[in-house]
Amino acid sequence: MQSTLDPAGIEAGLVRTLFLVMAIAGGLIWFGVMATLFAAMLRVRRSSEQTAGRFILWGGAVFPAVMLFALLTYALWLMPTLRPVAAAGDAADLRIEVTGRQYWWQVVYHHRGVQIAAANEVRLPVGRRVEFSLKSDDVIHSFWIPSLGGKMDMIPGRENRLSLIAEKTGVFRGACAEFCGTSHAFMALTAVAMEPDAFDAWLVAEAEASIDVEGDGSELFLRHGCGACHRVAGTDAVGAVGPDLSHLGSRRMLAAGIIANTEDNIAGFIANPAAIKPGAAMPAFAMLPPQDIRAIAAWLKGLR
Amino acid sequence: MTAPGARTSEEERAAQTERLRKVWENPGGWRYWTSVNNTQVGLWYASTAFIFLLFAGVLGLIIRAQLAVPGNDLISADFYNQVFTLHGTVMMFLFAVPIFEAVAIFLLPPMLGARELPFPRLGAFGFWSFLLGGIFVCGSIFFNAAPSSGWFMYPPLATDEKLSGIGADIWLLGLSFIEVASIAAAVELIVGIMKCRAPGMRINLMPLFAWYLLIVAGMILFAFPPLIAGDILFEMQRMFDWPFFDPARGGDPLLWQHLFWIFGHPEVYIIFLPAIALMAMIVPTFSRRPIVGYSWIVLAAVGTGFLSFGLWVHHMFATGLPQISLAFFSAASEAVAIPTAVQIFVFIATMLAGRVILSTPMLFGAGGIAIFVIGGLTGVMVAIAPFDWQAHDTYFVVAHLHYVLVGGMLFPVVAGIYYYYPLVDAKRLSDRLGRTAFWLMFVGFNVTFFPMHLTGLLGMPRRVFTYPGDLGWNVLNLISSVGAVVFALGVLTVVWDVLRPKHREPRGEQNPWNAGTLEWISEPEENWGVRSVPFVSSRYPLWDQPTLANEISEGRWYLPDAEEGRREGLVTSVLDARPEQVLRVGGTSKVTIVSAFSLGGVFIALTFKWWIAGAIAALICFSAIVYWLWTGTNEIPEKPEKDAGIGLSLPLYTSGPSSVGWWAMFITMVGDSTAFASLIFGYFFYWTIHDDFTAGSAGPGTTWPLIAAALFLGAWLATLAARYFNAHASVALARANLVLAFTLTIIGSVTGVLGPRLHQMDPTAHVYPAIVWVLVCWTLAHAAVGAVMLAYCLARSLAGRLTKTHDMDLRNVALYWHFLAITAVISFCVIGLFPEAL
Repeated sequence: MQSTLDPAGIEAGLVRTLFLVMAIAGGLIWFGVMATLFAAMLRVRRSSEQTAGRFILWGGAVFPAVMLFALLTYALWLMPTLRPVAAAGDAADLRIEVTGRQYWWQVVYHHRGVQIAAANEVRLPVGRRVEFSLKSDDVIHSFWIPSLGGKMDMIPGRENRLSLIAEKTGVFRGACAEFCGTSHAFMALTAVAMEPDAFDAWLVAEAEASIDVEGDGSELFLRHGCGACHRVAGTDAVGAVGPDLSHLGSRRMLAAGIIANTEDNIAGFIANPAAIKPGAAMPAFAMLPPQDIRAIAAWLKGLR
Repeated sequence: MTAPGARTSEEERAAQTERLRKVWENPGGWRYWTSVNNTQVGLWYASTAFIFLLFAGVLGLIIRAQLAVPGNDLISADFYNQVFTLHGTVMMFLFAVPIFEAVAIFLLPPMLGARELPFPRLGAFGFWSFLLGGIFVCGSIFFNAAPSSGWFMYPPLATDEKLSGIGADIWLLGLSFIEVASIAAAVELIVGIMKCRAPGMRINLMPLFAWYLLIVAGMILFAFPPLIAGDILFEMQRMFDWPFFDPARGGDPLLWQHLFWIFGHPEVYIIFLPAIALMAMIVPTFSRRPIVGYSWIVLAAVGTGFLSFGLWVHHMFATGLPQISLAFFSAASEAVAIPTAVQIFVFIATMLAGRVILSTPMLFGAGGIAIFVIGGLTGVMVAIAPFDWQAHDTYFVVAHLHYVLVGGMLFPVVAGIYYYYPLVDAKRLSDRLGRTAFWLMFVGFNVTFFPMHLTGLLGMPRRVFTYPGDLGWNVLNLISSVGAVVFALGVLTVVWDVLRPKHREPRGEQNPWNAGTLEWISEPEENWGVRSVPFVSSRYPLWDQPTLANEISEGRWYLPDAEEGRREGLVTSVLDARPEQVLRVGGTSKVTIVSAFSLGGVFIALTFKWWIAGAIAALICFSAIVYWLWTGTNEIPEKPEKDAGIGLSLPLYTSGPSSVGWWAMFITMVGDSTAFASLIFGYFFYWTIHDDFTAGSAGPGTTWPLIAAALFLGAWLATLAARYFNAHASVALARANLVLAFTLTIIGSVTGVLGPRLHQMDPTAHVYPAIVWVLVCWTLAHAAVGAVMLAYCLARSLAGRLTKTHDMDLRNVALYWHFLAITAVISFCVIGLFPEAL
């Protein structure tokens, strides 16, 4: 699920083929060089200096030059196919803006003029080209879903583009690939590739508030100040500092792809985020009454 | 004079030997540490670098222990981040580069048939700087204060005080200090190789080791300064909030990545080439024949050196640069594989054309090639941008870089230890232990690192302190951790073999491998390098000139004596090694330690922002260096010429391009100009990334910068006039011109500040004023040094130490001023005129 060797996207597939070609050729070359080296070391008969000199020319210069030329031709031919240079006005149907934060991902879907906020999970329709715009608010992160394609850095002050096409449905794990601080290891991402129809339906639902947004938890959530940092659609919580929690219950994982999305885990995270993710910006709320934490967790888990 | 002199009488020879021994001997007791002899300094340097290797190796083992199982909590995330940062930093900066400097300082003089390198005290200064800086950087981890942002220190993570703490300052300042030492060593090695070869050793007869070192030292000169420039910008942001890498105020984190990798990629070859140089000495010896394709391998090494400066972007394939530049840098990165392959095939061809003796050094050499070729092939893979998008920053790259560095550097270095140990101790290391060590290291290494290729392809990013157990990485990581232990046992076997007591073993032969190059005539007990400086007429003198070793040790060649009680060596011409001068080099001295430690004090004080302590250390350092120069350089000899033996009489003093001091200044300033060029690159980099470069803030104006440029040109002309008048015996006019140049420098510096100052350019407001101020500060710092040099020359003139014929000080200062004039004109014209041209 987080493997470059198990591709589910066009780029990842082509790159795996590229890798296999290079690995096989490289393996053969290595055995060839080793065989020559051993022969040279163990042989009793001396070659003439001229023969040995020709050996340098053909083995050291001509052969690698030819091989590398072939490889470069192959790779440079691949590049425009893999990452087409997006022409102006050639706006993709679906653009997903992902902003790296320590240590989570802010996600905004731009679909036909509508913006839909989410976090830590990206969903994409199979077979359609999806354009990612990648940014960062704090330090450099790198956006990488190995099963779909290669990585692209998220650099403060810059906006990078990456376009991917998923070829089959499934859930794929992604990760931050550029070292970004204490909990770099705890910055994962869930990518869900869906059938286009299912995706469209999901996106419509995602744009609305969760149907379970009313409830005791909602009031506690606001009373304890959670809304200062988090947004939950359909409530007065409109904070933009932390992840958007509007449909938290429907996400596969919690805390940026690192723990299972259960009520217990939500409650544990609220009480002491640093125990799960050292260096996370969220302060501990262990001073809240345990029953309040449980109620908030239950309510959040219910937001589907 | 290409024939040795006649044999002298026994008594005469014994007396000569005694005088030489006395001149070159090291002091006893604690004063031993004030030695500057290349043999001692080389050994200290190498041992220190090895201790750092072992330290970083332990850090590596901690990493493998932590990653042995998923979800491990052996160490905390924060400590792990310190550990991996320090592991990389120490291996690169405190082992890989210094070890070659150490080996070069130790080996080069006898290999070139020389007594010493031209600046032994500079070598010692470099060593003490390295020792202090290294301890400072390594020690930080015991106070939980080590750098923790990864060894390439990307901002904004590493510029943020809260996220990176004091560790980042320790990294920046500690390593800047060590880079100074590296550049000092580079200067020493370049001048040594160019000017201190034995007579007759034309440049195409040089041992390959010397060729490689010359190339590598040249690369250091162009590769380290961009990093130093980057360090300056970085530290200015951390210390004074100048926003070079802060996008909110016009900065850009990518500038650091460019500067870092313009250094960082050549760095790989700076590490790799000297190890290949060791192989180039070992392979011919054990193939029992000269190297096949001497010109091929030299050209390939030069080619590698050049190409390595055009590859840096392949470390930045995922930063979103335009595809056209990715394609260009992919192609350039592939191209470097060709000269590398040529070098490997030169070794194979030499073995083919010779009869190979399977010795321990050859075993390590062959094992190194086997490992390195894998690293080279995976390098070809990651140089292809589309594959790199997947492999970048994963364990695949971790595997690749270890295959390159361990195969291309550590194995050849261990081969070198087994090969050259007899020069240290007159005994051989154990073949049995050597073979055991080889197999433990070879198997352990591959078991550790080969699985990492797969771990990376299965999606494991590098620099994670732990990982979940359900991604298929567990078994691979456990195998790697087990392998690391085996690898470590192999390294320990080598350490044991070197350290085990050997006093009961008999003394070995002087040239146990029957090698052909001159270093094998040096005797471990003697400090003089060579007993007399021979005339060399072959690439493998000990093979082709069979009587040479005896002639040398019988003192039948040049400089067999030390009548005046001075340490002396021959200076020869750059290309064809014609004798030009008898050079007297500095001997034992405390001044090297004092200046290195006080300079270290400056850097350490800056780290902790102890301004007063820093100022005191700077003052001590300044005084020590002036004392050093005043008492130890450009001494006027008691007689103009000296008989160097067998009828050759050579001057004791030269100045200008035939002197070693002039070359040292020239080479230093080339490096210095590279750092300056990097800052200018920064200025235009910001211009290219912003539509509105000046962001509406006022520039320094045109008037004041141009006046400053003119004043600096005036000061330069006055310096040249001083040199002219001094040489033409108008001492008063020369002194007047020195005073004039000094005054113009001061006025020019004040004027230089006026532009940005009067326009209220606030360097913390935006990157534009900040980069302008940096250029101004750089120029002014150089102006200050230039002014001190002028004052020094004036003082030397007044003290009678600078005369019409003995004018090396002034000629070197004039040379410095050429560079200073260029720096000032470029810098003031850029800041003054470029905004007008927009």
